[in-house]
Amino acid sequence: MRKNRNNHALAASVFLAPSMVGFLLIAAIPFALSFAISFTSWSGIKGLEIFSPSFWQSNFIGLENYSKILKSKEFWVSLLHVGQYMVLYIPLMLVSSLGIAVLLNKPRKGTAFFRLLFYIPVLTSWVAGAIIWKWVLDPQYGILNDILARVGIAGPAWLQDPKWAMFGIVLASVWKDMGFYGLIFLGGLKNINPIYYEAAHLDGAGRFQSFLKITLPMLTPMVFFVLIISLINSFMLFPQVMIMTEAGPAGATQVIVERIYKYGFSYYKMGYASALSWLLFVIVFLFTFLQQKLQKKWVNYDA
Amino acid sequence: MRNKMRSNKTLSNLWFYVFAGGVGFLIVIPLYWMIITALKTQTAIFTYPIEWFPKEFTLQNFVDLFARFPFGKVLRNSAIVSVSYSVISIVTCSMAAFAFAKIPFRGSEALLKVYLATLMIPFQSTLIPLFMLFNSAGLSNTYGSVIIPSLFRVFGIFLLVQHMRTIPDDYIDAARIDGASYFTILWKVILPLSLPIIAGYAVITFMDAWNDYLWPLVMLTKPEMMTVPVALGMVNGQFERNFGVQMAGSLISIVPVVLIYLAAQSKMKDGLTLGGIKG
Repeated sequence: MRKNRNNHALAASVFLAPSMVGFLLIAAIPFALSFAISFTSWSGIKGLEIFSPSFWQSNFIGLENYSKILKSKEFWVSLLHVGQYMVLYIPLMLVSSLGIAVLLNKPRKGTAFFRLLFYIPVLTSWVAGAIIWKWVLDPQYGILNDILARVGIAGPAWLQDPKWAMFGIVLASVWKDMGFYGLIFLGGLKNINPIYYEAAHLDGAGRFQSFLKITLPMLTPMVFFVLIISLINSFMLFPQVMIMTEAGPAGATQVIVERIYKYGFSYYKMGYASALSWLLFVIVFLFTFLQQKLQKKWVNYDA
Repeated sequence: MRNKMRSNKTLSNLWFYVFAGGVGFLIVIPLYWMIITALKTQTAIFTYPIEWFPKEFTLQNFVDLFARFPFGKVLRNSAIVSVSYSVISIVTCSMAAFAFAKIPFRGSEALLKVYLATLMIPFQSTLIPLFMLFNSAGLSNTYGSVIIPSLFRVFGIFLLVQHMRTIPDDYIDAARIDGASYFTILWKVILPLSLPIIAGYAVITFMDAWNDYLWPLVMLTKPEMMTVPVALGMVNGQFERNFGVQMAGSLISIVPVVLIYLAAQSKMKDGLTLGGIKG
């Protein structure tokens, strides 16, 4: 028996070896290193020097990076921009993806076609999506302002206007993501037992009423799940900003990942950028934790 | 009564087509705009009011794209990287998942929890040390730099563990009695039973690798080593107002993924909702 268990452990370690190498190399070591580097004033890209003790003696600056970041207006502004993005993006995305799910829930002629159609933006890379939207939102030659003009609205300068740039990014993001979340919700809808609708129908409930009283409550676990994912993903906002606005105009779309990239790979301030990325981790972690706590309170698991 | 039901049904179908058509229109407009711009002449692109239906079609933008940027090489890079990434990831994920789901060893649960905990670390938080390690190892501007991360994909491990746990142990016990090794069991018993899930995972992984941006952006800086999104980003910066070339590049980047998705759609079971678990 004892021997058997050893055999199992040996077999398991063979099967786990590749992913273990990956785990150490891609996740664990970089994660620990990023913490360590965040306490240094290191600026450079030739990395091996950090394994020598003298490196830590000459570069260690304690919490200075963190205090600098927390005191800088830039950091809070970049979080504010993420907040603006969330406030606009999440409701729009939730409504449109729920709409898509409800649309596709009943099998009809053409459902398969629309399903694919809604999914094409999801298949598109973020870079291509952002490039396309940059051109869609072109103030003069773009198609969106042309459509708006046809219904008598003078469209804004979108990405060139600090007041509208983030909204432009939000439009592109909703376009890109609604099919993805829509199909998640569709999975949820398919799991609702039709008996509930029949009962509601017999009681004289209208379609809108059944949606409010049955569909939405039954979908809460999914809505909750999507909410967490999209909140957390909002902090990762990056390619849109890089391609569409380059954090402009006048810094109006500076966001946290873009700052990490800028400090790391344009200014080579690796210590400072690592501190930023650790703050990003802490924020994301807090959100996950908070949501886990809240989840117990308002999610219905009987669906 | 029946008549009323029928008219209700027609009405609901009508609503479906109106709404689906409306949403479809919003989805399609940017795609349509991309396609016609890619096929327009320079002058037509900057005509005001804009041309919804081009009067003249040209392939000049595609010619320009390949002439001014090594885009053929870029497409090859992306194909090599995405295929290797997916294959390696399927191998390592199914091996790990098999160990977690079917080999009883001490610490199995704990290790799986540690693996899953890494889902909470945003990739962006490890970007800098990861770059530093890979750069020091001389991996900048190599395929390896963007393929190696495929060794560890928790999403895939999780997905396959969930699935493999549903496969009855009887299969494995029977094979063990016949003297089959764990490798044989994985290869001959477990994998064939996991094909639909693996197919779905393969498509998602290929898509992720094909579309990935931030990591290739820091590792691949030479145009002839770039993957498609990095190259598109560079084209966007270099040919700022040349939207014809940019749309041509975007169009080319979308086509392979859509084709693969279409081809695989029938083979993967609920592959779409599968993507939903990804963190």
